[in-house]
Amino acid sequence: MLVQIDQEKCCGAGHCVLAAPDVFDQRDEDGIVVLLDARPPAELHQAVQDAAAVCPAAAIQLDQAPDRA
Amino acid sequence: MTALREVAVVGAGAAGLHAAEALRRAGYDGRLTLIGAEDEPPYDRPPLSKHLLDGQWQPDRLALRSPDALAELRLDLRLGVPAERLDRQARTVHLADGHQVRCQAVVLATGVRPRRLPGAEAPLPGAHVLRTLADALALREELRPGTRLLVAGGGLLGAEAAATAVGLGAEVVWLVSAAAPLAAVLGAETAALLTGLHREHGVRIHRGTAAAVVRRRGRAAGVRLADGSELAADAVLMAIGSEPATEWLAGSGVPLDAGGGVACDAHCAAGPGVWAAGDAASWPDPRTGRRRRLEQRTNATEQALHAARNLLAGPDGARQAYAPVPYLWTDQYGLRIQAFGSPGTADRFELVDGSPADHRFAAACLHRGRVTGAVGIACARALRQLRAQVAAHAPWPPADPVTRQTADHAPARLS
Repeated sequence: MLVQIDQEKCCGAGHCVLAAPDVFDQRDEDGIVVLLDARPPAELHQAVQDAAAVCPAAAIQLDQAPDRA
Repeated sequence: MTALREVAVVGAGAAGLHAAEALRRAGYDGRLTLIGAEDEPPYDRPPLSKHLLDGQWQPDRLALRSPDALAELRLDLRLGVPAERLDRQARTVHLADGHQVRCQAVVLATGVRPRRLPGAEAPLPGAHVLRTLADALALREELRPGTRLLVAGGGLLGAEAAATAVGLGAEVVWLVSAAAPLAAVLGAETAALLTGLHREHGVRIHRGTAAAVVRRRGRAAGVRLADGSELAADAVLMAIGSEPATEWLAGSGVPLDAGGGVACDAHCAAGPGVWAAGDAASWPDPRTGRRRRLEQRTNATEQALHAARNLLAGPDGARQAYAPVPYLWTDQYGLRIQAFGSPGTADRFELVDGSPADHRFAAACLHRGRVTGAVGIACARALRQLRAQVAAHAPWPPADPVTRQTADHAPARLS
């Protein structure tokens, strides 16, 4: 899984951090999403999918293809 | 559960899209029809009063999903076709183009429609509302340096449009009926900060109530107020609230609340096989028992996920009551204001970080000694930590400071 974020679209809700705190964080100054782990381990995939689904700004894109790395 | 093979989602905005997506994610494999009155595939509305209106973003940036991601949902997508009637007995949605969509379950997500003023009930050059992409593009077309724009309505939409327009060089009059505009949404302290910024940037705040749009030579030429006075303008934006787009449900047997919203139960259901989410759906708040309807972007997503989950849960057992922690944000003059819960109804404002004067703060908003809201600017972490207390309506001050530190990292369900 490859996680991509669009910081310009992010509305700073922080829902992604609540859903997957090991993968997402927020900049304190404006709440914009920070990606901690672009290739999260399999056990976090469900949480990352939840984060992408609840993002109110559609700022998280997931490439679900199996990791090539 | 009897095999579910036909589901229709009426409304192709954020709530409709998220409902459809959640159904697929949960494994629903049958026919899924998404019906939208507008021509565009699902797009995001918050930027309409911000980066779309100021021209920084073009319409394609608003798409909520890429064409590929939409295709993966295997939707029967009916765009540009309003739903006209719901026949609950026959389990059929009748569309304006004469087609009928059969469905065992339907999710109602038709959103709201802006209120208009007398004199501009029908489209009138120079008289604008701001709900759709087409609305925003039409308003953007009028905003030039020197354009006299009158924004009627003291809510967040009017405030954002006023801020954007003045940034484009327009001469903006913001007509508000409340003594402290935005206070009912954000609380008095944050509202005072924002109205101060509006004034600093040249927005003229005029207190009064719009009664009608004044027409001259086939165009809007200003607004007449309830006291009979007139304010002249080159263009008028009516940001005076919205009404649920539910008139097409008349006679369907779907219960509507006093405000015209779809009156759901605690599980987002509005009768057998009927579900609702988003701006048009009201539900009894489990904490207060009072009916609530939220016109907030985050609610559209969360309520849609919830409705989809309950729809698939079947008639007994696994349905969950909808108990969100509302979140809203607004961008004005380069500041992002964020809020959880209901800061507007608080009777006390307790700073936990920074100060409004520095445009950097997080505050707990208390009602009768409990945290019922939180609001802040540029203090995302401190604000997020308050969320758990808003969710719990926790007493203030927190009994255990350690709880405050760790609440942030506790496993969380969002709804």
